[in-house]
Formats: sequence, C-alpha cells, structure tokens
Amino acid sequence: MEKNKTAPKILVFSTEKISDPAIDLAGLLKKHYPSTVYTINVPCSSAIKSRWILHAFEKGFDGVFIAADGTDCSYSETCTERTGEVVQRTHDLMKEKGIDPAKLKMAAICSVCSEPFVKHMKNFVNALSN
Amino acid sequence: MKNRIGVYVCHCGSNISDYVDVEKVKEIAGKENDVILSKTTMFACSDSAQNEIVDDIKEQNLDGIVVASCSPKLHLNTFRNVAQRAGLNPYNYIQVNIREQCSWAHSDNKPGATEKAIKLVRAGIERAKHSQALTPISIPSKNAVLVVGAGIAGMRAAIELAEMGTEVFLIEREYFVGGRASQWNELFTTNETGREVVSRLYNKIIKTKNITLFTGADIDSKSGSVGDFDIKIKIKPRHVKSGCVLDLEKFKKAVDVCPVEFDDPFNFGLTKQKAIYKNYPSEFPEIPAIDFDRCNKCGECVKICPDIDLEQKEEILNINVGAVLLTTGASPYEPQKGEFGYKEIDNVITLQQLKRLIDLNEDELTYHGKKIKNIAYVYCVGSRQVDGENKYCSRYCCTSAIHTAIMVKEKYKGINNFHFTRGVRTYGKQEILYNKSSKQGDIFLQSFEDSPTEVYHEKGQTVVKIKDILTADKELEVNADLVVLVTGMVPRENNSINNILKVPIGRDKFYNEIHPKLRPVETVIDGVLIAGACQAPLNITESVKSALSAGAKVNSLISKGEIELEPTLAQIDKSSCNWCDKCTDVCPYNAIVKKEYDGKTIAVVNEANCKGCGICLPVCPSNSIQLIGYTDVEIESMIEALID
Repeated sequence: MEKNKTAPKILVFSTEKISDPAIDLAGLLKKHYPSTVYTINVPCSSAIKSRWILHAFEKGFDGVFIAADGTDCSYSETCTERTGEVVQRTHDLMKEKGIDPAKLKMAAICSVCSEPFVKHMKNFVNALSN
Repeated sequence: MKNRIGVYVCHCGSNISDYVDVEKVKEIAGKENDVILSKTTMFACSDSAQNEIVDDIKEQNLDGIVVASCSPKLHLNTFRNVAQRAGLNPYNYIQVNIREQCSWAHSDNKPGATEKAIKLVRAGIERAKHSQALTPISIPSKNAVLVVGAGIAGMRAAIELAEMGTEVFLIEREYFVGGRASQWNELFTTNETGREVVSRLYNKIIKTKNITLFTGADIDSKSGSVGDFDIKIKIKPRHVKSGCVLDLEKFKKAVDVCPVEFDDPFNFGLTKQKAIYKNYPSEFPEIPAIDFDRCNKCGECVKICPDIDLEQKEEILNINVGAVLLTTGASPYEPQKGEFGYKEIDNVITLQQLKRLIDLNEDELTYHGKKIKNIAYVYCVGSRQVDGENKYCSRYCCTSAIHTAIMVKEKYKGINNFHFTRGVRTYGKQEILYNKSSKQGDIFLQSFEDSPTEVYHEKGQTVVKIKDILTADKELEVNADLVVLVTGMVPRENNSINNILKVPIGRDKFYNEIHPKLRPVETVIDGVLIAGACQAPLNITESVKSALSAGAKVNSLISKGEIELEPTLAQIDKSSCNWCDKCTDVCPYNAIVKKEYDGKTIAVVNEANCKGCGICLPVCPSNSIQLIGYTDVEIESMIEALID
C-alpha cells in the first residue's frame, strides 16, 4: 500500500482494437507494471480530446500516456499524424496552464506490444517520480 | 441517467480473487450512489450466475449493470446477451477488466491490485450511469476469405469454407502444398501416408470452383478491417511456365545438369537438393520449381527444358476478403549444437530425420554407411524444458516416437528400441501404440527432469545413460548405433505475417486465441482467425478439427453479407456548431457534410458513412462533437472515479 501512496498515477488512453489487446497481453503474460496505471479505452487514438487530458491533470493524475494506434490503425492512414496533432495542441494548452508537457507522452503500441507497453509504463513512472 | 445499477465482482475461480480482495471491492461498490445491489460471483460467465443476473435485473428493475471480470474481448457479448434476455438494452451493460489489466498485471502487489480494482469498478459504475440504450449498426461484408498456409489444416478449412459458399483464396509460402504432413510416411490411426492425405485434399481443391490456390505466395500488406480487408499478395516466380506438362525425363536431365547443390530441407539435410526441384514425384502442384535464391542462373536447365523461364518476375495480386484464417503450422524444434550430442556426435539425429531415413532406406536401416541395430530415443527434447523457454509439452511427440519405433521394427530386422522418457503421454487411442510397442519388446526407461538422460561418446561408442526411476534409480546405459532426439514442436517463422497482421503471440510463441475453451479459433484482431498447429502443438486429427471449427466460424462471420458493429457514431450539436470545415477535412470516410439549419451553416453526420473512429472530435473548436459511448461526460466522470 505504501508504495501506491507515493507512486505517480498515470492515465493511459488505449485503443480497443490495437493497444488495449497489448495491455491485456501484458497481464496474461504476468508482465508487471505499477498498479497506479489506469486505462480508459477509445476506438482510435486520434479521437482523444485535449480537454479529457487536461481534466485528468486537473483531477490529480500525474501523467497521461496515449497508447496510440500508429500505422496499424484500421480507421485512417492519417491516425499517426492526427494523434500527433492532439499531443501538440495539448502540450500547448498544458504550457498555458503551467503543466509540464513532459507529463503527456505518446507511443505507438501495437496489439502484441506488451513488452514495450510495460517498459513505457515503468520508464514513465520513474520519470514522474524524479 | 441510470440510477438502479447492479454490480457483480467475479472471482474467476481464483484468477482474480487470489490477488484482488473481491469482497472489499463488492462492499465499496455497494456504497456508491445509484448502486442498488453489489455481489461477488465465483464465475460470472457460468449459466447459474448469468441466470442470477437476469433475475436481479427483472426483480430489482435494474437499469444498468456492471460486471467486473475478465477482458471485454472475451465476455462483452456474453453479458450483453444476459442484459438482453432480461429486457435491458445491451449497451446499458458495462464490463470492467479486473483480470488482464488488474489481478494478473499486478499479481506482485495484492493491495495495489485491490485498490486499482475498486477504482476501475467505480469508473465502470460512472460509465453505466451515463450509458445510453443503443442499437448496433450493420456494415456489408465480403463473403470471401484468405486462408494462409496450404498444409492439412489450411486445405481442409478451404474445402469446408468453399462448400459452405465462401470464396476462398488459399496461399502457400512454399512452392508445393501439404506442409509438414507430406514429409511423413504412414500415419496413425488410418495407416494412410501423409502424401496420400495431401493428394486427396489437393485433388478436391482443384476440382472446387470457388477455391483459388497460389503457391510461392505470401501476404505483402493489409488494409481495411473485418468484412472488408484489402490484401496484397506477393507471388514469387516459379521460373517454370504454368502451362508446363511435366516430362519426367526432361526434368531429371534438368536436375542432373544443375550445378547447385545444398542440404535438402525436405529430408532435413539427409540428402542433397538441386536448385530446380520437386521434393517427391507426386508432389502438388505437379510443376517443378526453382529455388531462385540458390540458383546461380547458369541457364543449363533452360537448354534442356524450354518451359523454364529464368526471367519470370514477382507478381502482386490485390484481393478483397471479409476475413483471414491463419493456418501457418509448426516446425520441429531444432536442437542446439551439443544438446544431447546433436551435431557433435555423428550418430545423433532427430525424430524427423529418422522418419525421412525410413523412407529413404528400403531393405536395411543404415546411417552414414553403418547398419543400425540399437536405437535410443531421447524424449522431451525442446519440450518441458527445465532451463529453456519451451515449458510446454508438445503432445504429439511421445506417440510419434513410439509409432516410428514400431515402423522401424516392422520394416527392418533385428532392431532394438530403447525409449529414454520422462513419462509417456500417449493419450486417448494412441495408448494402443504404446501397448503394441511394449508387447513387441521395446524397452521403456524413465527419468525425472532433475536428472536428464545423458548422451556421450566414449571409446568409439555412443552411450546413452539414464537414472531410471522404474528400476529404483539404477543407472542404466545403452550403446546406441543411432540416437534419436524426440523433438517437440515450435511455431513456424512468420515474421512478415506477424508484422502485418499483429496477431497476439503467447508465452509459448504460438498464436494466441481469445479463450482456449470459449473462443478457441478467434483472435483479438476482428476478422483474423487461427487454426491448426500455428496455435498450439497439435497432431493432424486435432489440426483438422480446429480447421473445421475455424471454417465454420469464418463462414458464420462473413456469409450473411453484413456484420454487426458497435453503434459508435459521431453526433454534432446543432446549436453550438458553426461550420468551420475542420471536421470534414479530417474525416477519412466523407461522413460529415455541410447543411443549412435554422438560418446558419452547420456540419451533420452521415450515419451511413460514419465508422465511429472519433477523429473529428478533437479538431472541433467549439467542442460540438460527441462520440456515442465516449461522450465528455462519460470519459470525464470515469477519470474522476479513477482518481477519487
């Protein structure tokens, strides 16, 4: 319990068809990551609104991670570019609000990327802890 | 807003409750506003639990339910059907994943897992409160399938699908069909040879109208989604013209003049192969092929056979299919150098090599010119590894070794078989073979994993030694003329397919199904299914069963002409929208159009085109667009519940 009180809280936006299966697979393979990582899934990472991310920071999350579809997105070839734009816009808004943009990270997580996901979470938690 | 919510927290046997205090989760959930009842259940997916939920919905007049259990990929539809049976709209059901993303992911931190489960359930309750009653939408689906891999499983599935009316594109990476089965001689229980089975399936395929077979073919790229995949197929040139009628004499001459020679993969290196080849005379398709990676392009074969064309180029073919079925099969485990003397001691071979050796040696079993009398079979090589990665049992190998040992004894005189086992697993009817081999005088010895069988060379002899638990741990030795490593099964190398389709791979490196019992041939990638030994070590009978199951599943998915999808659509608030074109600009489906409304120009969603990706949401400057099921109020209330 003690480590959870101090561990940074991370909100992950995953995508139902691509990155959420990878996060499931991490659990199936018992690849551990901090329990203060919480996931909300959406159909496509390009659908994430800046206001949701800012809301997470306002309510107390220490970091937000977008587990993006990347080039595997079945909806649009422009997904990577659009998700990048979401991050860019949100970074600008975070700066305006005095929130360190480093608290919002994005990486493409494919449906079998359980290992990279766990690595990202551990690194992000470490970065936020420091 | 829903205000009569029922919450069910699943033990999942002990998969969840070993790490999450489910009683605590239930208690805290029960105290949440608008939660009418909160219960734990041993298996929420069991019939009795489902009936209990139906009764609760009816008796307590619940308007929303939350089940905290496994991944929604597994049981979302199960509980949506439960809701529907009770008269509740299925979309007022919310599944919370406290297994894959909680109890298993945090099995190292039980208090943390419990704390997380509580918050995830709270978020689920918030989502249920704001859930809307919805109706699924339908999209057209193409009744065509791409089957990848023309081994026994792929061919059998292709025939089954074609007979059910589905158009089948069957591709095989090699130049010839049949996969591993074509390498095996007599099979248990029918005594047919692998080649006979392959031949029968191939003849059926070429007579079946709606199967198109491509050999030397692989997936090059994929776009689209379930019901509508656009797939590019890369077809390697065979370098022998397709209309060629095989003249055996000419083919033999072409093989003779070919100066390129290398270890024959078909015979596991026991013989040599030329660049122009057929693995055996009756192999299908009947036209030979040229291994162009190894061919030195000398042109000697062209002088003999004018049907050979060294200028043939690779082709790319575009196909549109509703689903993809992977039947890419498995390979024998290749032992490491020095593993039980492999590739260090001359007379140590694998079981697969012995099978080919039997086929190649007619009257007398010889290896490297030496007559074989004593054969030692070392079991569980590459399976049930204590130190290695392959922890699984490959299942087929005990039976295969015993079956081969019987064949050896029946075909050649004076053979003694010694089986160095870790316990014999000839399950089901295969036990008949075990009895037969015991009766014919085979010697079975057994050791535990902590004292493995040893193979070493001493004084010109290859010795196999075991601490035999069947004779009170006596150390027994056999001087073997041939040591046969009974190797397990590993998945075939499929890197390019894996990169394109992204089908999850399990700890054992085989493809992962959604659920081994409930959804055994589906993957989490909608429209991509698996069958046969690409999924787990299976024998031919089991592969065919799996192929037929997958065939039926594919057909039921795409044959109706339409597929039901989530009713996730974008909605635009007419009052706040002031046409700016940004949403239209980003929409990949032309689903947003301009419309005059109440004296101003606004954007409206063409629901027939909208795929529910939500790409339009973040670009709207007035935040006028909401995605059904992912509205601001739903997402933001979940965020608040997770941080509370």
